[in-house]
Amino acid sequence: MSGQVETVQADATSAPPKGRLKVFLGYAAGVGKTYQMLDEAQELRRKGVDVVVGYFEPHGRQDTIAKTADLEFIPRQKVEYRGSVFEEMDVDAILLRKPAVCLVDEFAHTNVPGSPRLKRWEDVQVLLQAGIDVFTTLNVQHLESLNDEVWHITGVRVRETVPDWVVDAADEVVLVDLTAEALQNRLHRGVVYTADKAKKAMENFFTEANLTALREMALRHTAHEVEGRLSDLGTPARGMTHAARPAAGPPARHERILICLTERPSTAVLIRRGKRVADYLQADCLAVHVQRNFGRGRPETRSGALEKHLSFARNLHIETHVLKGKDVAGTIVDFAREQNITQIFLGRTGVKALWGGVRSTVHRVVRLARDREITVVAERLR
Amino acid sequence: MAEWMTRGASRSLPASIDKRPSPEELLRRVQAEERRARRGRLKVFLGYASRVGKSFRMLDEGRRRKERGEDVVVAAIQFPLTPDLEALMATLEYIPVLKETYAGNEYEVLDVAAIFRRHPRVCLVDELAYDNPPGTRNPKRWQDVDNILDQGVSVITAVNLQHIEEQQDAVERITGKRARQTVPERFLRSADEIVLVDAAVDDMMKRASALEPVDLRRRLSELRELALLLAADVIDGQLENYLRSNGVELRWGSQERILVCVTPRSDAGAMLRSGRRNADRFHGNLLVCYVRQTGLGAKDQATMDANLALALELEADVHVLDGADPIGAIIRFAREQKITQIFVGHSAPDRWKELWSRSPVDRLIKAATDIDIRIFPHPQPS
Repeated sequence: MSGQVETVQADATSAPPKGRLKVFLGYAAGVGKTYQMLDEAQELRRKGVDVVVGYFEPHGRQDTIAKTADLEFIPRQKVEYRGSVFEEMDVDAILLRKPAVCLVDEFAHTNVPGSPRLKRWEDVQVLLQAGIDVFTTLNVQHLESLNDEVWHITGVRVRETVPDWVVDAADEVVLVDLTAEALQNRLHRGVVYTADKAKKAMENFFTEANLTALREMALRHTAHEVEGRLSDLGTPARGMTHAARPAAGPPARHERILICLTERPSTAVLIRRGKRVADYLQADCLAVHVQRNFGRGRPETRSGALEKHLSFARNLHIETHVLKGKDVAGTIVDFAREQNITQIFLGRTGVKALWGGVRSTVHRVVRLARDREITVVAERLR
Repeated sequence: MAEWMTRGASRSLPASIDKRPSPEELLRRVQAEERRARRGRLKVFLGYASRVGKSFRMLDEGRRRKERGEDVVVAAIQFPLTPDLEALMATLEYIPVLKETYAGNEYEVLDVAAIFRRHPRVCLVDELAYDNPPGTRNPKRWQDVDNILDQGVSVITAVNLQHIEEQQDAVERITGKRARQTVPERFLRSADEIVLVDAAVDDMMKRASALEPVDLRRRLSELRELALLLAADVIDGQLENYLRSNGVELRWGSQERILVCVTPRSDAGAMLRSGRRNADRFHGNLLVCYVRQTGLGAKDQATMDANLALALELEADVHVLDGADPIGAIIRFAREQKITQIFVGHSAPDRWKELWSRSPVDRLIKAATDIDIRIFPHPQPS
């Protein structure tokens, strides 16, 4: 008693962009991402390359502002929202100017409502499609896949995120490294923020432990990006070579991961975790939701929460399926077999009620799918 | 019991562990801290290939420190200088290296005596991995640097991944070459600060080489990944030290730690190999545990021995746990070890039993709310 209601392929960009994207990746404000981006832009300008600044956030930092000397700025556009005027990057003006290279600071920025696109990274896609090379800056904590870890370590839920595939598709990701200690010195000297803001920052987000953990994340993520580009060259990634360990046996079969979505808020954590594991294993990633079909009646209606999870999954380039069935666990397991899924990802839905009489979906999937790997994802609470 | 099993057991943690440091340990820490306080600080710029820009970063930091009023001298730099290095050198004092000839080879040796006499606050030393000729103060330049640090002079230095002793095997797999002159990794790990000097592979490729473009790109990318991961590891060690000495608990780090639970009942080969692959793909750690059981039959004992032998062959960190309650012992151990994923096998199918009682897997899922649980298929009886 199950049936396919809907399948949506992951949002795929129509054509590969013609412009090249270079990301300067850091781990906090003040590590020098913008400075290094401008430094490279100046070198290109001296060589006669047509470079313009599409968006620059000066933050009142004198060294950085000095680095913009002689660079052409495309004026920002003014967007009015609720009686205030905001300034955003003027994509149309840049397209009209058509430089060879455009600098776009703060890749993860969310545009003010009323702008043509929701996110700055989407603006950048438009520039790339038009054949313009883009240099941009990004902090590691804005990567969607790291959102939960960052929250766990720092206590900060980063709201402005960039889907990982956008950064994975960049031609180059360069790490801008600075020790946590040097960054704290910069804060002390008032290079990054004004004195009182710096003090507050160091007591909260910019503690030595937070900064060191974020820095380690940035290093590991850059290594992951390098590895992804290596496998694009047709080289088995380092973690995949078993030459050094004969005991590791033959290479793994191709993995396919299925994430089981529900309406619960914790589904976002589940999606991020499943996708992150899939990315590291270079596995396919699918998501499924089963609408319970009570007897002959109509299936339950889809809630706004579920729609949000489905579109979040598609945003991360996960193919989504909505099925209907009387028996949720059975429908999931049948679908997994049909789709040659190797690993099923489940949230801890109803685990607490496991022995309260009603058998939870997790419990039942574990019983039914003895032939697959099943991962029950942790509740990453603080 | 086989010899390697006792070896495994000796590495295991007792069920309860006293985390308070002993008086001897405290004294040792205080002495180490005092020695550290007198010693100069070591900062290392780590690069993944020559011409990545390490020397520039080192000299540029020297210039900035001097501008802020610190007493900085250069004690070694590689000539001839590029124009940008020359511009930086013009702002800095230089204590020339001593030129020595031994067995027809030219050597450049730090003038340690002159550095001691001059006794600056900060000393810049390029090419940390150089060898000294016989008859000089130390066989290696890094040992000279160690002596300088002991005199309370801080050192900023630069070294490439290829020159780290413990990375030689990995580097040889990539480049086919071993470096003749090396620095032990422990010296790098003893640094107060380490900075990764990153650069886009594309940009490095423009800096010339005789290799085919694809081979060069692959080689540079692999070296870059190694350097990033090495820096991440060093920083992870620093973070742990910091957290330990400040009494901060961090439940999840940014590194994946996988724990595979083996039992005498099942052939854990597939699960162990998957654990190894997953740990490799995440550049994380693989731990294996089993809960000691008495009165095992000969067949179960043989399976167990084979499982643990394979675990050691896969370079897992093997632990033998004790406890009347196996699930409790596993969870306690997993939390102590900051495990992010537990791999277990499906419980053996037993229709009657599962109707009435909870399987160990169910209990593990219920209890380990903060750790991902991955359940593996039960091997088919052949």
